Amino acid sequence: MRPQELLAPTASGLRCRLGDFYVDPVRPVERALITHAHSDHARPGHGTVLATQETLDMMRLRYGDNFAGRTQAIRYGETLQLDDVSVSFHPAGHVLGSAQIAMTCNGLRIVASGDYKDAPDPTCTPFEVVSCDVFITEATFGLPVFRHPDAAHEVRKLLDSVRLFPERAHLVGAYSLGKAQRVIALLRAAGHDAPIYLHGAMEPITRYYESRGIALGDLRPVKDMKKAELAGTVTLAPPSATSDLWTRRFPDPVTAFASGWMRIRARARQRGVELPLVISDHADWDGLTATIKATSAGEIWVTHGEEDALVHWCKTQGLAARPLALVGYGEEDEGASTSAEGAA
Amino acid sequence: MNRFAELLDRLSYEPGRNNKLRLITQYFREVPDPDRGYALAALTGALSFKHAKPGLIRELIAARVDPELFALSYDYVGDLSETVALMWPKTSASSSVETLPIPDPSPPRAALAEGGEEVAATPSAPLPPPLRRGEVSGGGPLPDAGQGHNKPPPPTLTEVVTTLATLGKTELPAQLTRWLDELDETGRWALLKLVTGAMRIGVSARLAKTAAAALGDKDPHDVELIWPGLSPPYLELFAWLEGRADKPANRDAAPFRPVMLAHAIETNDFAALDARDFIAEWKWDGIRVQAVSGRDDDGNVIARLYSRTGEDISKSFPDLLPSLHLSGAIDGELLVLREGRVQSFNVLQQRLNRKSVTPKLTKEFPIHLRAYDLLADGEADLRLLPFVERRTRLEAFVAKLDDLRVDLSPVVPFDGWAIITAARADPAAFGAGDDAEAVEGVMLKRRDAVYLPGRPKGQWWKWKRDPHIIDAVLMYAQRGHGKRSSYYSDYTFGVWTEGSDGDQLVPVGKAYFGFTDEELLQIDRFVRRNTTEKFGPVRHVVHEPGQGLVLEVAFEGLQRSTRHKSGVAMRFPRISRLRWDKPPREADRLETLERMLKTDVEASPH
Repeated sequence: MRPQELLAPTASGLRCRLGDFYVDPVRPVERALITHAHSDHARPGHGTVLATQETLDMMRLRYGDNFAGRTQAIRYGETLQLDDVSVSFHPAGHVLGSAQIAMTCNGLRIVASGDYKDAPDPTCTPFEVVSCDVFITEATFGLPVFRHPDAAHEVRKLLDSVRLFPERAHLVGAYSLGKAQRVIALLRAAGHDAPIYLHGAMEPITRYYESRGIALGDLRPVKDMKKAELAGTVTLAPPSATSDLWTRRFPDPVTAFASGWMRIRARARQRGVELPLVISDHADWDGLTATIKATSAGEIWVTHGEEDALVHWCKTQGLAARPLALVGYGEEDEGASTSAEGAA
Repeated sequence: MNRFAELLDRLSYEPGRNNKLRLITQYFREVPDPDRGYALAALTGALSFKHAKPGLIRELIAARVDPELFALSYDYVGDLSETVALMWPKTSASSSVETLPIPDPSPPRAALAEGGEEVAATPSAPLPPPLRRGEVSGGGPLPDAGQGHNKPPPPTLTEVVTTLATLGKTELPAQLTRWLDELDETGRWALLKLVTGAMRIGVSARLAKTAAAALGDKDPHDVELIWPGLSPPYLELFAWLEGRADKPANRDAAPFRPVMLAHAIETNDFAALDARDFIAEWKWDGIRVQAVSGRDDDGNVIARLYSRTGEDISKSFPDLLPSLHLSGAIDGELLVLREGRVQSFNVLQQRLNRKSVTPKLTKEFPIHLRAYDLLADGEADLRLLPFVERRTRLEAFVAKLDDLRVDLSPVVPFDGWAIITAARADPAAFGAGDDAEAVEGVMLKRRDAVYLPGRPKGQWWKWKRDPHIIDAVLMYAQRGHGKRSSYYSDYTFGVWTEGSDGDQLVPVGKAYFGFTDEELLQIDRFVRRNTTEKFGPVRHVVHEPGQGLVLEVAFEGLQRSTRHKSGVAMRFPRISRLRWDKPPREADRLETLERMLKTDVEASPH
């Protein structure tokens, strides 16, 4: 069978007609399979949602109990039969509970990877390569200028700055689902055991991570603190908060931002970031290209991000490739918007 | 080089002027001669080696990476040096990444990072030999894998600068490649910024000199005054700043003096200003120049013409140089005069940027200097005198010069802001007479203003005439460069004209500024959501009678052009407003521009 018969892009998202479901639909649909809980992939209002337990829990935290008509949890590696299509979820290494979705029918297998990274992350299950015929890859950092350095090195830069400016507060912009918890875990691994302060918007998801057995040390709400007490401390906040009036509660804050976008100087400057930390939850160029090869897929579909370069690279490798031109993913991230969610 | 690269890197993120100063001064304090001197030269644009052309940098990267991937990356990053620094492949490492199999389920990078964190936790432990990403071992990697242990050490700044000064053109590519291999990402970026001469890190020459002055607690103005006689690596300057030697003397016979610039005045600025404190002049629509004359050690007259940035443009105006026969420095406007009448900027423009200055050209476009300030009179430096006294000296100087090619910019008499408002609206009626077409507004200068380099607050004001305005339709967009990189910030706009099948839009210009940061975000979003086609980096944006974005475009003048399909070219076009409220069909027509063209062209004899 042709891959397009199994899965095809529509205005609502990727549709599997034979299994009667959509993957990460951007509009309400009857049956949705969701890769991870970031709001551009996980939207409320679907009839039935199939996802990992963590993704379902975090959707509930964000959207309330009635975020979907019905929910069904699936474990990594577990296989379900949906009409003519067998479906399984595999770790994507992006954030807690993130999954790639493998769809198999008549011997043809397509893997929709959602967002993924092959770099280590102490807060989620490592990425797993799933062999397939068609691999659907993201391309958020699909340009060879994006080579993310070792995240531990970036966190050392932050701690060096904290030591250099003990009289100033360090304010780290980080997406509230995934990036924030990873940065905290990296800080702990680097030996920083002082309290870390949280913007209110960070709390529910961070506490949820802790409830899933991820140790993050002494975390405190920043709202209870006096200005002077915040000198020499680290606070995590949604990226949008680091540029608004809220920062006045901090003594002479150093604005940091943990994101793969920080690799590009102009991006950091456009946001007024003084301490760019190149820490990304997406695969970089080397990660994308190595993963594509490892899946041994002969056909690559490229979505959200810099599709052109990755499609071009695939062709130079003798792989069939095309951009999916799906809309609605990572949009808020493109163009250096200040919106908090998007999770680069 | 690494310490210098680190300085540039930190400066590039630092928004505050005072923090920038502190960073640079700290660098001068820590770094010995001659490295710091070459750094000062780099920051002030005083390095004399022939800059590497961007074309060469492109060739170097083209030999290493897929050209299509480079083109896409450059379009995205918007800065050549940074794109190349980021993309430059690590020697021999790329092949190991290419063939890297990812074992399932634990990828090798997970193993690497555990090692990395060990290193972080015990910083005093001896570092194992560096690894390239993709290799697995029991040890840990260095943070930046670019530094191979068997590599030569990265070059110093002095080594780079002195090598470049003596290097033959044919040796440059190989030398740059060696350095790029030796340096890490920040080092590569700084090296490329340096060799292409395009620093753009938000540090002006003035700021760098101020930071140097701070090293010795000196007045930055004193550094400016001796600056023309100094050359890299400024050993005598640093010796003076550190109290080890006397102040160096300025020895150039006809040096450039940094120019003083005006702020644009806003309507609400007037409330705080007293008209009696000011002298008004016309703002001439020509080219700001500094005409300097002096005598060298042998008594020969040295005359030079400088642009406002200090570029020596004497060669383009040999017909003016004989008129500069009195020692001194005039600040003024370069204009074309025909039979005593000032010609429009369009006419002057035809004399500019010519490869050869022929007798025909000098005859057809007779050049003229209209003087409005005097910075030096003979040996005397007048810059610390109040403007009103310099003006008196200038009047005497021009009278003594007694040359047809040099005259005084007249003062516009006024006794209140109402008169100046009227004069700006109708210069012809307030003394500009036939020259009114070449007046682009009025200048207001404080009587007591000393001549300060840069744009000091509240001393000189410019009040331009209102620009021409048209409503045009956004047709194509491209990503910008520099601080606007990755935003769609370069716009081609068009107006309606009668085509073979009804009305169609014809492009009439491009603009890439004038909008606020917020408006930029709005247009960028509009472009991304309304792209109908892509041609390389150019996005074709929807422009139908009922669908599209109308831009209000302001511009200073209009010229006939054979290069543009529309036959007209705008001077200084910018986006003045976004007309979300206006459907494209209501935008202006080409005929409107053609009517403006007629009135503009009538002012010149051709």
